[in-house]
Amino acid sequence: MAVEERIEQSPERAAEPSGTPDVRLERVTKRFDDVVAVDDLSLEIERGSFFALLGPSGCGKTTTLRMIGGFEEPSAGVIYLGDHEVSGTPPYKRDVNTVFQSYALFPHLSIFENVAFGLRRKGTRGGNLKGKVEEMLDLVQLSGYGRRKPRQLSGGQQQRVALARALVNSPRVLLLDEPLGALDLKLRKEMQLFIKRLQHDVGITFIHVTHDQEEAMTMADRIAVMNRGKIEQLGGPDDLYERPQTAFVAGFLGISNLLTGEVSGRDTVRLGDGTTIRVRADALDGRSGRVAVGIRPEKIRPDDQDPNALQGVVRERAYIGVSTQYIVETRYGNVTVVVLNDRPGSIPHSPGDHLTLSWDPEATFILDPMEEPA
Amino acid sequence: MTQLVEAGASLRSARLRLSAALWRRPWLKLALLLAAPVLVFAVVYLGALASLFVSAFWQIDSFTAAVVHKWTLDNFRTLWHDHTYWRITGRTIGLAAAVTVTDAVLAFPLAYFMARIAPPRWRALLFVAVLLPLWSSYLVRIYAWRTILAKNGALNWVLNGIGLPDAGLAYTNTAMWIVFSYVWLPFMVLPVYAALERIPDNYLEASQDLGAKGSRTLRSVILPLAIPGIVAGSIFTFSLTLGDFITPALVGGAGSSFIGNIVEDKVGQPDIPFAAAFATVPVVVMGIYLLIARRLGAFEAV
Repeated sequence: MAVEERIEQSPERAAEPSGTPDVRLERVTKRFDDVVAVDDLSLEIERGSFFALLGPSGCGKTTTLRMIGGFEEPSAGVIYLGDHEVSGTPPYKRDVNTVFQSYALFPHLSIFENVAFGLRRKGTRGGNLKGKVEEMLDLVQLSGYGRRKPRQLSGGQQQRVALARALVNSPRVLLLDEPLGALDLKLRKEMQLFIKRLQHDVGITFIHVTHDQEEAMTMADRIAVMNRGKIEQLGGPDDLYERPQTAFVAGFLGISNLLTGEVSGRDTVRLGDGTTIRVRADALDGRSGRVAVGIRPEKIRPDDQDPNALQGVVRERAYIGVSTQYIVETRYGNVTVVVLNDRPGSIPHSPGDHLTLSWDPEATFILDPMEEPA
Repeated sequence: MTQLVEAGASLRSARLRLSAALWRRPWLKLALLLAAPVLVFAVVYLGALASLFVSAFWQIDSFTAAVVHKWTLDNFRTLWHDHTYWRITGRTIGLAAAVTVTDAVLAFPLAYFMARIAPPRWRALLFVAVLLPLWSSYLVRIYAWRTILAKNGALNWVLNGIGLPDAGLAYTNTAMWIVFSYVWLPFMVLPVYAALERIPDNYLEASQDLGAKGSRTLRSVILPLAIPGIVAGSIFTFSLTLGDFITPALVGGAGSSFIGNIVEDKVGQPDIPFAAAFATVPVVVMGIYLLIARRLGAFEAV
C-alpha cells in the first residue's frame, strides 16, 4: 500500500502547478488534555524553501512539526501536503521524512542498512538500492562508512547519516527537529552551513525546528517565530531582526532597547521629559498615542554623529572580542550599546564615563508600549 | 574529661588519615571492597564446581561403596555407551528448549504490553501478577499443578463438566512442559520487559517515518532490539529446566526422568563420582548454549 502511494505521488507532485505550497496548515489546533500546544495556526510553506519554526521551548513548534510528519493528529484544522489533505494518514504513507532530535539511528543496523531502510520499504533492491545509498552517503561525505554501526560514529557523522537516511527517499518535505542540539558549538556552526548547502543542492523543502535564533537566521530563508502556540511574526531573517512587530520577537531575536513615548508627528516621538526623537515614518505608520521605540544595540554609536542623541553614563563594560558591549544609564533607563572593535588601539570607554549616544532614525522600529519584552 | 576529648580527636584524625590514604590509593579501596565477594566466589562457587569436576574422575568400590581416589574415565565411558543416559539427556535438553521457546512466545507480547502500551497503573498491576507466583514456594506451586492435572483433578473435572473426555495429562512429558513453562515464565518476562522498555520511542517513529508499517517495525526494529533480553531470559529458563529434578519427580511419569533425577538417585546410592560425572553434562550443555548465543551476537550492547 505504502509502495503504491509513493509511486503514485511522484508524478503527481511534478504535475502540480508551480505555485502550490508544499505544506499548508489551515487553522490547526492541537490540544493535549487542557493544554493548547498549537492554537489556530495557519501557515503556507513554499516549495523548495528552507523554513524555520523558531521559538522557546513549549511554544508549539515541535508539535507543529510532528503534525506535519503524522506523529500527532490535529485536534482541529487541516494539513495539506501539496494538494493532498493528509488528516488521518499515518507517517509511513506521508511523503515526508524526518531527522529526529537524537537522530534515532537504528543501533542494530549498519550505516548502509540505516540509509537503505526507507528504500527497502519501497521495494528498491539490488544494484539500484546500493547505488542510491552510496550516492547519498557520498553526498553527506560518509562514503566508505557503510559497514560501520552508528555507535562507531561521532555525533556529527551520526547527524549526517540521519540526513542521508531521510533524504535518500527524496521526500516532498524534510522535517528537522532540533537536529543540531546535541552537537558542540563549533560543529554546530559547521553543520548549519552544511545543511544549508545540502538544501540548496537537493532543492527539497526543509522545515527546521529550533530554539536558537542565530541558527534559524543562518539557515532559513523564512522564519516563523512562535510563542504560546501562535505565530508571532513570519518573515525573512532581516525582516524579523530589523522590523520586529512585537516585543516578543524583538526580545527573542537579539537584544533591543525600548524607549517609551508619545507620537508627536508624522515621524517623531516625544519621550517622557520632552526630548523629541525622530523615527521611521513607515514604521510609525500613522499610529498615535503611546508607543515604544526600539533600537538594536549595534545601531547606536557612542558619539553624536547621528540625528537622535541621548546623554548617559557608562555602568558596565564587557569585552567580547569582535565587539565591546556597554550598559549605559540614561534618563530613560539602561541602554545596551555594542561597539565593533574594528580599529586597532581604539580606547574603550570605562565605567563612569559620560557618553553621548546617537542613532539614525532609519534604524528604529515601533512596538506597542504595553508589551513587556520577553 | 581532657583525656576523652583527646581520645576523640585522635580517633577523628585516624579516620581522616585512613580516608586520605584510601583516596590516594584507589586500588586499595577497590581491593577492600571486592575482597569478600571475590573470596566467596573463588572458594565457594568455583571451589564447588572444581571438586564436582574432580570427583567425576574417581570411582566407587563396589564392595565397600567407598570412594576410590584413582583417576579413571569409566564414569564418562558408561555415560557415553549406555543409551539410557543419552535418552535422558535428550529428554532434558529437548524439554528445556521447548520450555524456553514457549516462554519466549508467551512473554514477548505480555512484556511488550507492559513496557510500551499499558498505562502506569496497569503496568504496576501486571508486574504484581507476574511476580506474585514467586512469593509462594516453588514446591507448593508444583503440587498445585499436580492437583490440577491429576486424574481426578480440576482440569478433567472442568473438561468432563462441559462434556469432553479426560485430558490424560497427569504424569506425562506434556505435564512437565506445562509446569516448567509456568514456573519459569517470570524469568523470561522481566528481561524482555527491560529490553523493550529501553527502546526509545523515536526509533519506532523513525521506522514509521521511513515507510514501515507496524508489523515491519516489529520485525525490523523492535524484535532485533529485544533479542538481548530474550537471550537473557532464555538463559534462565533453559538452565533452570536443565538442572531441575523436582518437577519431573512430582508431575512427570514413569519415563520422565531428567539428568537431575539420575544424579539424585546416584547420590543416594551412594555413587558420588558417577553423579558428578552426569552433573557435568548440563554444565557443558549450558556452556555450548552460551557460546552459540555469543556467536550470534546476543551479548553485544546496542
